[in-house]
Amino acid sequence: MTRSWGGRAAGLLVACVVLLGVVLLSLLAGNQWFGPHDVYVAAADFTGSDTDRVIRYLRFPRTAAGLLAGAALGLAGAVMQGITRNPLADPGILGVNAGAALAVVAAIGLLGVQSLTGYVWFAMGGALIATVVVYLVGSVGRGGATPVKLALAGAALSALLGSVTSAITLLDLSTLNEFRFWVVGSLTMATGGIVTQALPFIAAGIVLALTLGSSLNQLALGEDLAATLGTRIGLVRVLAALAVMLLAGTATAMAGPIAFVGLAVPHVARALVGADYRWILPWSLVLAPTVLLLADVVGRLVARPDELQVGIITALIGAPLFIALVRRRKLAEL
Amino acid sequence: MKALRIGPFSTRVDVASIVVSVIACALTLVIAAVSLTLGDYEIPLPQVLNTLAGKGSLIMTDVVVNNRLPRVLVGMGVGAAFAISGAIFQRLARNPLVSPDLIGINAGAALAAVLMITVFGSAVSWLPAGALIGSLLTATSIYLLAYKKGIAGYRLVLVGIGITAIVGSITAYLLTLADIYTAKTASMWLAGSLAGRSWPHAILIGITLLVLVPAAVAGSRQLRLLELGDDLARTLAGRVELSRGLLIAVGVGLAGLATAAAGPIGFVALVAPQLARRLVAERVAGLLAAGAIGALLVVASDLLAREIFAPTALPVGVVTAFLGAPYLLILMARANRVGRGG
Repeated sequence: MTRSWGGRAAGLLVACVVLLGVVLLSLLAGNQWFGPHDVYVAAADFTGSDTDRVIRYLRFPRTAAGLLAGAALGLAGAVMQGITRNPLADPGILGVNAGAALAVVAAIGLLGVQSLTGYVWFAMGGALIATVVVYLVGSVGRGGATPVKLALAGAALSALLGSVTSAITLLDLSTLNEFRFWVVGSLTMATGGIVTQALPFIAAGIVLALTLGSSLNQLALGEDLAATLGTRIGLVRVLAALAVMLLAGTATAMAGPIAFVGLAVPHVARALVGADYRWILPWSLVLAPTVLLLADVVGRLVARPDELQVGIITALIGAPLFIALVRRRKLAEL
Repeated sequence: MKALRIGPFSTRVDVASIVVSVIACALTLVIAAVSLTLGDYEIPLPQVLNTLAGKGSLIMTDVVVNNRLPRVLVGMGVGAAFAISGAIFQRLARNPLVSPDLIGINAGAALAAVLMITVFGSAVSWLPAGALIGSLLTATSIYLLAYKKGIAGYRLVLVGIGITAIVGSITAYLLTLADIYTAKTASMWLAGSLAGRSWPHAILIGITLLVLVPAAVAGSRQLRLLELGDDLARTLAGRVELSRGLLIAVGVGLAGLATAAAGPIGFVALVAPQLARRLVAERVAGLLAAGAIGALLVVASDLLAREIFAPTALPVGVVTAFLGAPYLLILMARANRVGRGG
């Protein structure tokens, strides 16, 4: 692909068109296939028929949740990879989703919080604490936060948080019953209400993340050089942590802890448009929901009449990519 | 370390290691005795000992011998098995973070076991075989995927994290397929639990230790050579890969069968060898010292798990994670500070 401004912009436009196609596919595909006309009727000329109800109350929220969660996780991954200069960064691997998950489970199971607007704050708090802890543990000592140290800190923290989460869920059968469908990472629990509640948080995160492009570019040169160039590193870190908190926290509250989308998509974007974060961020924003919705459609179709949850599909696709990245020789280079 | 000579035979005796092992064993026995007295109703210690000697009433025998004793024995056994497995892996990889729970071997055994629980019901008879096969398959795939002109410790761990993600998501998927009661059983088991363990579990882990620990100890002489580095070990011992493979198989078998008996109790394999190493003040931990401390950790954690939230008993794995994970984070921070964290 051409790396000129026009080429990248045209490519991004094509990616948007592809995303629209995938959105349409997500509305049509499933155990029951619909035609484009059915979607139009359900949206504009609602009759209350079974088809209309399925599309309106199941497929629309599900697709919208996929769009939001995908965009959020992709951007969160890109920001994390940029700020830590770490090719293995992902909200799932670094334990951010596990932090959000624990907070949500605690809010629901122990405090009886019901609505997403109630527990999204817990999710974001959990995400933020996990982010800070992983970064602190991973960056102590010589060489700062190397990829390996961060990934290990994330794995350790995930294990700790996961066992606390399971302790809470094991205390109460109904919490466990909700939790087991949520923890795989699924778009099916999203209702129109949940999506509407999540929208402002994710929108704020997206805006914040997109402003970080040129700062991340300068950070990529190394902290010293970035500081010389006038980047306020501390401020950029705080803004990035806030963006990750908004994006990963809300996405996890909405769709459960989905891993590897945030890992894979920025790498694809980087391969397509080069190392410029001003392009990687918007590309991740468009590519990630495409990937997540495609994974969701695949999950609906492979095990009919049952479904594979989207989190399973992303793990099955993403983990091999993670291993391939690990096997590459120069892990530290980004 | 001292040399012990009896006539023509001589062997090296590690005094510190023996002292640590003996103290850990003694503490384990004390805690085990306390565990036997506590439960739905308390039985004074003399009466417990009396019952163990075969002089108790029928109901006492049922509670102590058939109910509480196997649970304590399974706890000791799996603690020792996980810890020795961890010691083997940490020494082979020359990396304190390479332990069967962190690199995904327990997760593989757990997936196989959850598959059997959800598909065939939780019959104990086939669970060990399934868990063993699961752990061996996972270990083999991790080893092959991490192999690249040799094995680097950090690559092993990272590949293990990737494999754990796949295996864990399949396990989570299986849980969504089961009915809620099966899911509860499987989740309880996944957290690592000694609840309801009976004599078959105790016998399983006992046989595992009897067969595999001597093999591990025999292999640990080779281990000392391996620790001198691949090149040197090859010059000195020749068949490095063979003995390494055997040791890995022993380590995987210990972790897999312990998982079969009590679920993937986390962090014991990681923490126990490190504790042993620090207490003995040696560069590497003796397998037996690590095993004794592992047994102590699990039995003590189980006592805590039963008593903290009594009458609701937590799975023991939650307590070991609570104790172990902060230790791991500190360990990493310290390893990082001296520049060995990768």
